[in-house]
Amino acid sequence: MLVLAALLAIQIVMLGASLSAGAPVLRMATTTSTDNTGLLDYLAPLFQKDTGIELQWVAAGTGRALALGRNCDVSILFVHAPEAEKKFINKGYGVNRREVMYNDFIVIGPKKDPARIKGLSVPAALKTVTHKKVIFVSRGDDSGTHNKELSLWKAAALPVPDKKKWYVQTGQGMLATVNVAAERSGYTLVDRGTYIKYESQAQGNPPLVILVEGDNSLMNQYSVIAINPARCKGVTYNYALGFIGWITSPKAQKHIADFRLQGKQLFIPNAEK
Amino acid sequence: MDFILEGLLGAVKLLLSGSGETYSAIFTTLKVSTLSIIASLVLGIPLGFILGYAEFPGRRLCRTLADTLLALPTVVVGLVVYAFLSRRGPLGELGLLFTVPGIVIGQTILGLPIVISLTAAAIEGLDQRLRLTLLTLGANSRQLALTSLREGMYAVLVAAVTAYGRIISEVGVSMMLGGNIKWYTRTITTAMALETGKGEFAMGLALGMVLLAIAFTVNVLLSILKMKAEP
Repeated sequence: MLVLAALLAIQIVMLGASLSAGAPVLRMATTTSTDNTGLLDYLAPLFQKDTGIELQWVAAGTGRALALGRNCDVSILFVHAPEAEKKFINKGYGVNRREVMYNDFIVIGPKKDPARIKGLSVPAALKTVTHKKVIFVSRGDDSGTHNKELSLWKAAALPVPDKKKWYVQTGQGMLATVNVAAERSGYTLVDRGTYIKYESQAQGNPPLVILVEGDNSLMNQYSVIAINPARCKGVTYNYALGFIGWITSPKAQKHIADFRLQGKQLFIPNAEK
Repeated sequence: MDFILEGLLGAVKLLLSGSGETYSAIFTTLKVSTLSIIASLVLGIPLGFILGYAEFPGRRLCRTLADTLLALPTVVVGLVVYAFLSRRGPLGELGLLFTVPGIVIGQTILGLPIVISLTAAAIEGLDQRLRLTLLTLGANSRQLALTSLREGMYAVLVAAVTAYGRIISEVGVSMMLGGNIKWYTRTITTAMALETGKGEFAMGLALGMVLLAIAFTVNVLLSILKMKAEP
């Protein structure tokens, strides 16, 4: 009886599946920043126009995106945590990593800057934040931004303030985390693209402003990685290669450079020719 | 207060402007919740009926199990089904993760215990004199079962409404199994979670209003049915 019921359920489900067949689909796992800023909304139709492939993406932190890749649940990754990516490839999970674009991270905080970190270097700013115990909001979700933040604490020779009251770990996406920081009048690390999006939402008058920027350690490199087809039977490797070829092409690179919010460029293309 | 008012105004504007994104999420929600409730009812009513009507060993245990599953958090369902549907999982070959059918499977599992449990309770709660009367009138066991089911119809409708309410309002299953893919598996609730996270409250409110409207419409329709079902 139960088996019969299960079979019936699968039948119904398959009916649902057959209703939604269409263009060939490439499934991607990506970071919240490429999604939140609207970059992928802008690129996906252009990609489909050029190649006929429909891009569908699941936006997660880089950590979860890598996990989805490891489980063979997506065919391609678009992420920004070079160290974690290299490990991923060394373990044979991914192939054909190509750099696509970059922007930089910035430390933002309340306009009044209660801890006085404006213009400091990154290590000095983190030391001040620790010393003055002002609210610092962290992604706390193993995302590319979170990985970067952890490496910055390390570089400043400070322990990660994991259980400190002033250290708020949201476990959420980038914009959600910026909004938490705004509500709590705290500081946070954010990629410039997401910040520009946030700025544009606040009609150019956001409660959080850029306080620390321009440090070499704040570079934010985005790359694409195809999931290794030798390991994952279900992946659409050809479509993944199609996307990698497309996004690193001069044409798509120019699209990325042209992507602007409030007249500001969010990502700087840097795929090698 | 201005902030909330602005959000509400934005919500109304958004709905009237016919934004494709909003309507895509609404359509996806209707699609998955309809498929899920149909599957829950098709599977759940017979199972619930057997559970409430028949006598068999282990019946009490099954009943307790169904009641326990009523309290199952949606994220747990999402997580367990994810483990099965992932490419590395036993059903990975079917490629159902991050698809509409994937969400339907999860939501069906969510709705099923409600339908089973409430149907069983309804059948158990039938007036015992009905059974005796039917027997004295010479009904065979098939007629007996069918009449009991018809008498319990009202309660089964309540089960359907309750299950639908749980299915349409959940976010954990849709997020974990659907992946919140725009134009495809983004439902009203996952869109709301996303938009609120992004600070787009107008969009979130607009979607919330639609969700309420759908729930209201379904309840009105079913209360009409209920009135008809009442003797």
